[in-house]
Amino acid sequence: MTYLDANATQPLRPEARAAVLAALALTGNPSSVHAAGRAARRVLETAREAVAARFGAAPADLVFTSGGTEANALAIHALGAGLRLIVGATEHDAVRAAAPGAAVLPVDGHGVADLDALARLLREGPALVCLMLANNETGTLQPVREAAALCRAAGARLHVDAVQAAGRIGVDLRDLGADSLALSGHKLGGPQGAGALLLAPGHTLAPLIAGGGQERGRRGGTPALPAIAGLAAAAAQTAPPLAPHAALAPLRDAAEQAALAAGAIVIGAGAPRLPNTTCLALPGVRADTQVIALDLAGIQVSAGAACSSGKVARSHVLAAMGLDALAGEAIRVSLPWNAAAADIAAFAAAYQAMAARLSRRAA
Amino acid sequence: MTARPNRPIYLDNQATTACDPRVLAAMLPWFTEAYGNPHSAEHVMGRQAEAAVEAARAQVAALIGADPREIVFTSGATESNNIAIKGAARFAARMGDARDDALGEGGRRRVVTVATEHKCVLESVADLAEDGFEPVVLPVRPDGLLDPEALRAALAVPTLLVSVMAVNNETGVVQDLAALSAIAKAAGALFHTDAAQAAGKIALDVNAQGIDLLSISGHKLYGPKGVGALYVRRRPRVRLAPLFSGGGQERGLRSGTLPAPLIVGLGEACRLAGAEMAADAARIATLRDRLLARLSAALPGLAVNASRERRIPGNLNLTFPAATAEALMRAAPDLCVSTGSACSSAAVEPSYVLRALGLDTDAAARTLRIGIGRFTSAADIDTAADLLVQAHAAAAPTPTEA
Repeated sequence: MTYLDANATQPLRPEARAAVLAALALTGNPSSVHAAGRAARRVLETAREAVAARFGAAPADLVFTSGGTEANALAIHALGAGLRLIVGATEHDAVRAAAPGAAVLPVDGHGVADLDALARLLREGPALVCLMLANNETGTLQPVREAAALCRAAGARLHVDAVQAAGRIGVDLRDLGADSLALSGHKLGGPQGAGALLLAPGHTLAPLIAGGGQERGRRGGTPALPAIAGLAAAAAQTAPPLAPHAALAPLRDAAEQAALAAGAIVIGAGAPRLPNTTCLALPGVRADTQVIALDLAGIQVSAGAACSSGKVARSHVLAAMGLDALAGEAIRVSLPWNAAAADIAAFAAAYQAMAARLSRRAA
Repeated sequence: MTARPNRPIYLDNQATTACDPRVLAAMLPWFTEAYGNPHSAEHVMGRQAEAAVEAARAQVAALIGADPREIVFTSGATESNNIAIKGAARFAARMGDARDDALGEGGRRRVVTVATEHKCVLESVADLAEDGFEPVVLPVRPDGLLDPEALRAALAVPTLLVSVMAVNNETGVVQDLAALSAIAKAAGALFHTDAAQAAGKIALDVNAQGIDLLSISGHKLYGPKGVGALYVRRRPRVRLAPLFSGGGQERGLRSGTLPAPLIVGLGEACRLAGAEMAADAARIATLRDRLLARLSAALPGLAVNASRERRIPGNLNLTFPAATAEALMRAAPDLCVSTGSACSSAAVEPSYVLRALGLDTDAAARTLRIGIGRFTSAADIDTAADLLVQAHAAAAPTPTEA
């Protein structure tokens, strides 16, 4: 079986697995003052320090959540209260759903946000801008640092969904100059069930989940200690000099070359992209047909975002890029941290066989 | 002098429970080879994860007599409580905005809860004031139970939702859910119960007990931290607004990738609880009686708080005759017990739950919560009794706590 759907979820890294199991063996509640509670608290705070340091925030400015969706929702709920919302056209549904009625920041044909349009939108008054660092379907990187400078100059806030970028390219909240940054544990090789919201200094947050005062009153509920410990351990494995994702670029490029040779079009190829992601359209062949054919050949890819992949909805990402015609014909291939040359060879063979069979039928 | 135990004795099972080794074993494969995203319906690994999540959903449902389609997975009971309370109110408000009457005259604006609820319920209910609702917090009797007549009286004003916890996290008191829900139903209100401390400890049946919404926590029933569930009645359908949206998972009620391994753990924990609840309860009751007998014999004046009859076996809430809880905990560092709810246990103010039972500040400060669980042994109980008696002798007479 060849797993090439890392942007849906990554295999658990062995270091993360060890951290999860160690935390599962701890009985205490991190809020308890006795020995068992203090041991749990140490794991929680060590994880907080590690993740905060890794991604450029102070430990006190990191809120652990159940995942990326909640982190994005919390940021928009808390930092966007009373502000106009401006949302990138290719943002994840977690951001779009949290910002109903937001002004849409358009993207070009490669999926890159239009900064002139942002400057115009920012003239209309105080706002929270939401711009993802890397797109989940195409891997396109956004000019977040430039957007942050525009926001700062206009007195606006900037929230960055870094769920797909974290651990795959350099991500540092301070360096980006944004106000907040959302992370997901399982997208960087940690377990499902934990994420984080990182804040620039000075931001207070009204909670989305009210409760027992955990996370300095910003997120109620007993923290998901095993998943949080796993998130921290996974994040550590992505830190320089380890940075294993850069090594994925040649593998991704090889997969792309094989697809191009079979008649595919690479979407977003003209923009800087994540090293592990490619979005491949095969003209005339429905995406779900491609995915099923590849699944039968033992290759796991997807037709878009996993959360909505059960539905047959059209990708809003490709539509925003002006690629309506290809939107139903594109698949996402995303390499996990442990992808190897053999995976790419298997993909290339399966893709070319599929393309030969289905393109002929479509023609 | 009792020798120091070679490991801390954990008697704080209302704060969190150890993850059962069988739960761990059930989760392990999902932490290694089977790592699909349960929403990736297009490929094999996604479908495997989805099947595991659905099997767990059935296990959770079976524990409370529900249909699997009535179970929504969350990050824990705090989130479940937030979704149930705010979700029911905000959905009603949204409908009301559309019809322009529900929150106006004759509309159901009242939301009723109880003074001894968990903070997350009290805060969720209080937050609804901003949305135009009228929060009402009812007192409890000295035995910790809600007086049905007090509820009936509160419901004279049209009420949207009543939220009463099944088992109190500090005192272990078991509310009469069937009687209370009947009163709520007769008044046309929805009935929610925070069952974080009850699920797996006492028998729950959403139909027999007339429950519309019920919150469950994984780590309170020997499952992992970071997962919980909310039961949402389908017949008649209870409608909720989500707390946050996104990918539309869990029928749009709770977006975000489901943590398949943790959910498998919650399912297994519910299955074990269903199978072993009666045996666990009997064994734990024996341990509880043994501990109480030893402490009572050594410490005249020791008082058990709240109802002696309507309580889970695994909880003792004890007011000590002379020493403060803090002094006892300092003098017995190898004993993991607490002064109250874990979330607020770092706080120095007296427990609001104990105050609601009528304890004064002084008595509340001399009160410990002791939580006995599935993995407590008779030897643990004997050592704990010795440690507490010694600690009491060392700590009392105690200087006035600053």
